[in-house]
Amino acid sequence: MTIDLAGVDVAQRVAEAVPGAVEESDSRNVWVRPSSIRDVCKFLNEDNDLDFSFLAAVSAVDFIDHFEMVYHLVSIANNHRIVLKSRIWDRENPTAPSVVDIWEGANFQEREVYDLMGVRFEGHFNLKRLLLWEGFPGHPHRKDYLEPPR
Amino acid sequence: MAIRTEPITINIGPQHPSTHGVFRMRITFDGEVILDVEPIFGYLHRGSEKLAEERTYAQVVTLTDRLDYVSSMSNNLAYVLSAEKLSGVQPPERAMYLRVIAAELQRISSHLVATGFFLNDLGALATPLMYCFREREKILDLFEMLCGARITLSYMRVGGIFQDAPPEFWAALRDFLGYMPDYIDEYERLITGNEILLTRTKNVGILSGEQAINCSVSGPVLRASGVNWDLRKADPYEIYDRVEFDVPVGTVGDNYDRYLIRIAEMRQSLRIIQQCADQIPEGPVKADVPWLIRPPVGDAFAHVEAPKGELGFYLVSDGTISPYRCKIRSPSLINLTALKDMLLGWKLADMIVTFGSVDINMGEVDR
Repeated sequence: MTIDLAGVDVAQRVAEAVPGAVEESDSRNVWVRPSSIRDVCKFLNEDNDLDFSFLAAVSAVDFIDHFEMVYHLVSIANNHRIVLKSRIWDRENPTAPSVVDIWEGANFQEREVYDLMGVRFEGHFNLKRLLLWEGFPGHPHRKDYLEPPR
Repeated sequence: MAIRTEPITINIGPQHPSTHGVFRMRITFDGEVILDVEPIFGYLHRGSEKLAEERTYAQVVTLTDRLDYVSSMSNNLAYVLSAEKLSGVQPPERAMYLRVIAAELQRISSHLVATGFFLNDLGALATPLMYCFREREKILDLFEMLCGARITLSYMRVGGIFQDAPPEFWAALRDFLGYMPDYIDEYERLITGNEILLTRTKNVGILSGEQAINCSVSGPVLRASGVNWDLRKADPYEIYDRVEFDVPVGTVGDNYDRYLIRIAEMRQSLRIIQQCADQIPEGPVKADVPWLIRPPVGDAFAHVEAPKGELGFYLVSDGTISPYRCKIRSPSLINLTALKDMLLGWKLADMIVTFGSVDINMGEVDR
């Protein structure tokens, strides 16, 4: 059984390694500041005990007043997991650091988030729309997206 | 004297018989050697995730059928597991067994499709494919007994399944378990030692274990690269902790390993189905769940080992009757991240074979 690491414990480890990164934590999740996502991920990936080698999923949720980035991380060697979240409050120009240089698996997933939710990933080597075509107006997964009249 | 060459960029797909749907690649070649690969997606994008936000939790099941349309059962299972985790529903025992039987039958049928089309890509046009489809047909007949449909099944419900299996299903399932191992032996006799297959696939399109993990690759492709990671063992859901089975793991990570893993997994699936058919208890098949579910505010992520890899659903609830957000972690899309690593330095003809060995489904890639 994959163990759900307590978010509080992981948050403590993260706070020691990347000071000022953690915003909040509970039994399952750790919330970090968007600007420190990359540093936190690098620590989680490289730390020997945590060893999060597998990025299962990158998701984004539109909560209208903010976007929430959700990273599901798994350690294949230790068989445990954690959910890393980050709130982005800038709706006009939401940005987050890319983690594609840590996990190549983030490549298409970040492109998908950019395409459908409009979050820009700084440092992504090829940030283009994934599913829709270049020049498509708007980002359909946002809650304020309106279907164009047919 | 060295001949001066110039790289040339070719477009392959979206309408090409080897791309298993509407997949497009822009490939740069030096002569026949691949220098760069750029996959281009989106030709089958239907906005399933957005559509799910406008449907009730029960209605979303029908959308999941259309993701990976050769393994609808696994998609159903992943979704209902996530919705059950979100709403705290516990399905009855008998439903869990029937779901696992259905999902494992689906795995066999999906691997048959994968193997058949893989050989198609190798140039064994249509004949092996028809052998594989012969048995897939029997599995679809079993599904028809379970739920009346053959492809878009919508068999599972949040809190159980649609209906109990009819008595004739069990007789047909026993027959199937009886003859299927012989059919798998038949494929192996026809294919596994075939010289053309060996030369075209052995040591071609190698993906190392570390690279596979780094690219978030899952499923048979990951295991072929030597990583023992199967969610049915690593994170058992439903009743997988009560059945015995082995996880086949490859050594080299080439096309041949990926083919062998699928054949071996079919045999293991038969073992699982046999044990489930022996263990299955009597009882109800659906928990007492209202038609309109209002899960508490929160989120849940549940994943299953689908035939193509880790299929996960991340559901966010705001307390209403439809999901606030429904994110699908599709194995087909993410497995393609590693396609470039498998292809660089190989030739055009190897590209077709390697792509076939990854086994993707465009319905799931584009959603």
